[in-house]
Amino acid sequence: MQELINIFAKAVFVENMIFAYFLGMCSYLAVSQTVKTAVGLGAAVIFVLGITVPINFLLENYVLQEGALAWLGPQFETVNLSFLSFIMFIAVIASMVQLVEMIIEKFAPALYGALGIFLPLIAVNCSILGGALFMQERAYSNITQASVFGLGSGVGWFLAIVAIAAIREKIRYSNVPAPMRGLGITFVITGLMGIAFMSFMGIKL
Amino acid sequence: MSTETVEKKKSGEGEPLFSKKNRRLLSDPLNDNNPITVQVLGICSALAITVQLKPAVVMALSVVFVMGAGNVIISLLRNLIPSRVRIIVMLTVVASLVILVDQVLKAYMFDVSKQLSVFIGLIITNCIIMGRFEAFAMGNGTWKSFLDGIGNAAGYGVILILVSIFREFFGAGSLWGHKLIPDDWYMQNGGFYHDNGMMLLPPMALISVALIIWVQRAYNRKLIEEN
Repeated sequence: MQELINIFAKAVFVENMIFAYFLGMCSYLAVSQTVKTAVGLGAAVIFVLGITVPINFLLENYVLQEGALAWLGPQFETVNLSFLSFIMFIAVIASMVQLVEMIIEKFAPALYGALGIFLPLIAVNCSILGGALFMQERAYSNITQASVFGLGSGVGWFLAIVAIAAIREKIRYSNVPAPMRGLGITFVITGLMGIAFMSFMGIKL
Repeated sequence: MSTETVEKKKSGEGEPLFSKKNRRLLSDPLNDNNPITVQVLGICSALAITVQLKPAVVMALSVVFVMGAGNVIISLLRNLIPSRVRIIVMLTVVASLVILVDQVLKAYMFDVSKQLSVFIGLIITNCIIMGRFEAFAMGNGTWKSFLDGIGNAAGYGVILILVSIFREFFGAGSLWGHKLIPDDWYMQNGGFYHDNGMMLLPPMALISVALIIWVQRAYNRKLIEEN
């Protein structure tokens, strides 16, 4: 249990998707104009990461890894399909996103309207594929750990986008130098927030 | 931009290969329409791998390859892809190209490939690539799409290389792994100089890009945003 909490806290704070790896920056910068849409997109990312990381974990361990196909029979023990992992992961992610899109369209049309183009773009949100690839690289030992890692990364991303959206709503009232308005100042704020998040870096979990 | 079918041959007959319009496709993304500082696409990888010059150059070249080849393939297929499943088709094309790049890097430049770790895989979800497929290659001829792909990837590469030069020089005092600051300038050898270790940390990548944006928009005032 303690191990799971560690993985979660590490994924949220120490290895935050945005502040430590800059994954999912495109939608982070584009959808952080208001807190409301930011919350919607953040929730969608938590959901998609929470589902796709465990599914990709199963795929990795029972299909792709060297020797993972051993359950089919002894002649498959030496098969190594890991070079296919990019294409398999992205296929899982794209189909899951399609599913989430249909669910949201059906049950929360207002949110669907607000998220607009960025819902299909979750498929190409780097943090989702990044979650799958980090899961592969760090070789979590069982599916619970993988799902906790996925959820934690999603929560970290959610926190980051909601925080920046709140700041951007307020910064409208400040006098920013003209060339820095919009994109520039958002970069600087994200950098400063990243420095703040680096205070978690030394923590060994 | 005409959306009708313009085959490579036809456009070659109609206008010279490097007509003014085609040259603009190459040069626009370098400044006025830069993917990173103006279109805000492809930030993710741009920030994470700019600690040193070498991985940044490798990354830029990989993206040029994937982007050029991908744009050509998509524009060849554009009349065959049903629009409902286009995202998955695009992702499959990019993923196959990226697997190619990844395997080549693993075979010939293993150390760089280790340094780039998951970020080669993340070229697949690099927003520039999907963005250009969607916005350009789906509606334009092969040669134009090729130029557009190379142009945008170059615009991305330029920012990548600028940021990494900045970070590696001030953060580690070297470029491409070669020490540029003389050893006896350093504090520990009785000199006056100290590397700014901060530059190597992730947040400074963001601030470097912000500085580039500031300089670019100060010169190119039509890019300034309302708020």
